[in-house]
Amino acid sequence: MADATEQTAVVLEAVGAITERLEAEKEHLTDLDSAIGDADHGANMARGFAAARDQTADMEDADPADVVKTVGTALISEVGGASGPLYGGSIMSASSELAGGLDEAATVAFAEAYLEKLQDRGDARVGDKTMVDALVPAVHTYKKSIEEDDLPPLTALSKAVDAAERGVEFTVPLRAKKGRASYLGWRSVGHQDPGATSTLYILEELLDVAADHLEGEIDRDATSPTIPDDEPEEE
Amino acid sequence: MVGIVVVSHSEAAAEGIAEVATEMGGDARIVPAGGGPDGDVGTVAPDIEAAIREADDGDGVVVLVDLGSAVMNAEIAIEAVEDEIDARIADAPVLEGALNAAVAAASGSATVETVLEKAEEARDYRKLD
Repeated sequence: MADATEQTAVVLEAVGAITERLEAEKEHLTDLDSAIGDADHGANMARGFAAARDQTADMEDADPADVVKTVGTALISEVGGASGPLYGGSIMSASSELAGGLDEAATVAFAEAYLEKLQDRGDARVGDKTMVDALVPAVHTYKKSIEEDDLPPLTALSKAVDAAERGVEFTVPLRAKKGRASYLGWRSVGHQDPGATSTLYILEELLDVAADHLEGEIDRDATSPTIPDDEPEEE
Repeated sequence: MVGIVVVSHSEAAAEGIAEVATEMGGDARIVPAGGGPDGDVGTVAPDIEAAIREADDGDGVVVLVDLGSAVMNAEIAIEAVEDEIDARIADAPVLEGALNAAVAAASGSATVETVLEKAEEARDYRKLD
């Protein structure tokens, strides 16, 4: 992608797209959260991103990293619940990885830093029925697609979205071990995790915006073969 | 004097716990920080940060928290002030810990360490037998 101003414009577009999506999914997220949580995830996320959009509205001339950081601080202040420090704190902390601009390596570093901070703060692992269940497969798939398979970022991101979707489905049959749902014990089994779901929605919007600005193919299959077969085939 | 911040998902609970602890702690500086962004149930990192700044007079602050996001938001608040204020989270039940901390803070020789240690003793309290 081109210069900082253009990158900032794309970041602002993404913030807008995520805000609209979360507003549209507000009731659905809250329904998911009322089954196993405190029924506020939809409203909290919609309010948080609306604040992030407002607070970044006049940042067209800022560096993309500063815009992302402002999104993080807005979420910390406005989301409430555990999602504020988890989403906001992790975005704020990872934003420094974008200081040199939004190239491929920087987006991988951002994704990894975001995941690391989130796991550090929330102390959740894969299988605990949290946003980590969507995020770990997404980040790992994205990193592998870029660094090992040398795929274009757009293809890598579309595979990451597919991986996140599988992660969200994976949360349904699990018993929650972290977060408010863990207080329900076995009653949490059979319900989709709201935090994993909102993580997927955000990734889907990032993919949508990226598709308008990047070359490459959308390949929503995290398991499709991605490594060129450079070994000689056996007879 | 070591300051104390009481963090709860409920504004009323944070104020009530601070009230109970103040009765025991005499002069201790106890500041409540409770409730979400719209005054609903929740916790907000910048509110906790403001409470830490209010509670500190240079001797540091011990933060009592209830559960879940209260812990994470208190961590973010402490990171925000870490260059200026020695603030620590007590791994203790919020009400009993606040009471213990208030009593400990009122002692002339109190430090952040002694107040923290006293607050964390509340983890082992039993209510029957």
